[in-house]
Amino acid sequence: MVETITIFVLAIFVGYYVVWGVTPALHTPLMAVTNALSSIIIVGAMIQTVGLPVLGVDANVQFQSINVVSVLGAIAVFLASINIFGGFAVTARMLEMFKPKQKKKEG
Amino acid sequence: MEFIRDYADWFYLIGAVLFILTLRGLSGPKTAIAGNRYGMIAMAIAVLTTFFVADHPVIWMIVGAMILGAIVGIARARTVPMTQMPETVALMHSLVGLAAVLIAIAAIIHNNKLVELGPELLAANGISFHEMSKVHLFELFVGCFVGAITFTASVFAYGKLAAKKWAKTISGGWVKPVQALIFIAMLGFGIHFFLSGSMTSFWAMTALALAFGWVWIAPVGGGDMPVVVSLLNSFSGWAAAGIGFTLENNMLIVAGSLVGSSGAILSYIMCKAMNRSIINVLFGGAMGGAAAPTAGAGEQVQRNYRSGSADDAGFLMSNADSVVIVPGYGMAQGRAQNAVKELANLLKEQGVTVRFAIHPVAGRMPGHMNVLLAEADVPYEDILEMDEINSDFPATDVVLVIGANDVVNPAAKDDPNSPIYGMPILEAHKARTIMVIKRSMATGYAGLDNDLFYNDKTMMVFGDAKKVVEDMTKAINGTGH
Repeated sequence: MVETITIFVLAIFVGYYVVWGVTPALHTPLMAVTNALSSIIIVGAMIQTVGLPVLGVDANVQFQSINVVSVLGAIAVFLASINIFGGFAVTARMLEMFKPKQKKKEG
Repeated sequence: MEFIRDYADWFYLIGAVLFILTLRGLSGPKTAIAGNRYGMIAMAIAVLTTFFVADHPVIWMIVGAMILGAIVGIARARTVPMTQMPETVALMHSLVGLAAVLIAIAAIIHNNKLVELGPELLAANGISFHEMSKVHLFELFVGCFVGAITFTASVFAYGKLAAKKWAKTISGGWVKPVQALIFIAMLGFGIHFFLSGSMTSFWAMTALALAFGWVWIAPVGGGDMPVVVSLLNSFSGWAAAGIGFTLENNMLIVAGSLVGSSGAILSYIMCKAMNRSIINVLFGGAMGGAAAPTAGAGEQVQRNYRSGSADDAGFLMSNADSVVIVPGYGMAQGRAQNAVKELANLLKEQGVTVRFAIHPVAGRMPGHMNVLLAEADVPYEDILEMDEINSDFPATDVVLVIGANDVVNPAAKDDPNSPIYGMPILEAHKARTIMVIKRSMATGYAGLDNDLFYNDKTMMVFGDAKKVVEDMTKAINGTGH
């Protein structure tokens, strides 16, 4: 327990110092990418998208794929995936705009 | 395959480090693209590892859900206009919140089902199972209620930012007691669930948390949305960390903490830029408390201001040596960024120095203006933050304010009675000439009149931001040839 809390507290400090280093011009991409990062909860969603053991007729335990837990998990996987793919893609799109471009000739 | 399962924590560690590098990359536009890629790699590592960690995963459901999510997410990411980024980000926060709630519910039902089946039976069949401890229940309860609040609050913020009709700002004396009541009831059911494991309490707690998210954010006004969006960003991180504690997964904890502190810092920056405390923003109502006496002070004295045409303004600017453009929410609303860029380019061709000045709370989310200008191809070096440009205003010939109001209100500097007194502003009033593009003389979000508009040096140009800027460009083109 104390190990997880240690990691938690240290990670907050790391986050604090790293985020202060982010240039204000990139605050919108920062929010988009942190959205993608917090969608790491997809790991939790995947762990729930599992077969549930049920008692079969011959008193054997079998795994049932479609059950209330796996359906909830799969919906969570879906939601988190929207964020992961959408978050990284929209961040990449924005950062592309910030890239110094070669001057186009006009007229 | 056993290998991956045995060393899963190591893979998650690599992922966590890459996540830190992702944020580190955002210190500059050049390193940011690589940083974003680190994030993608980290996510891929985490997802692949989890396939081996999960106990009897239903692969087709997971992969199917991922593909569907990818289609929806990428389609949205490709097509969303940059002016709609604030509401898009709010919507994304809501998805994280909802996912956290669903995971918490699934985890509890999962636990209950296994308990029903009996640990002995499971053990006899070689399935390892540990009933959730009190600590786990507590962590789950935290993850669930933070997720639930994030979900409904973000949905409301989305509605507000997208100007949906259902997202009505609520106000009145009943709001605070109701907020307090719901919050206390939520905690009460949460504690009862924690002590007794009663599912009824769990459902009640979740429902109340959902309700609380809504009534909590609904009284906050549109101008304060940058703070709210940043704060919900932070919340989505804490929800992920909460789930990470339940699963004892360090990568979730690290990622959640990074996002949590990122959002907290952004909220702090936004609050500081408005000279308000977070408590004031969230529980002070829509600035109504402070602004009401001013507005209610009877009929206001009709004050004189000077208005001019876009042609005159264009002429003045083309004859200036230096022009500073101050964009605000009005530029986003009028989708004027491309027209503004055309104007800036034309002025530059005429030998005028053109720069942009960005206030931290300009727009509806942190960095909103920067993204719009970047989209319109305005060079990164031409865009300056408040602290960088403020000392240059006295030597500036023309300041062009486009749809900004409170961020250039001199009352913040010299009127101690003003509700925004003490807020740092862009000192546009120090320039030789000020031009303000506005739809009308209506007040800004703070509901305050702006002395800048009545300044002798100020010329008001009324109309739609895009139209006016285009007219200015035309006028300069006309005189130039």
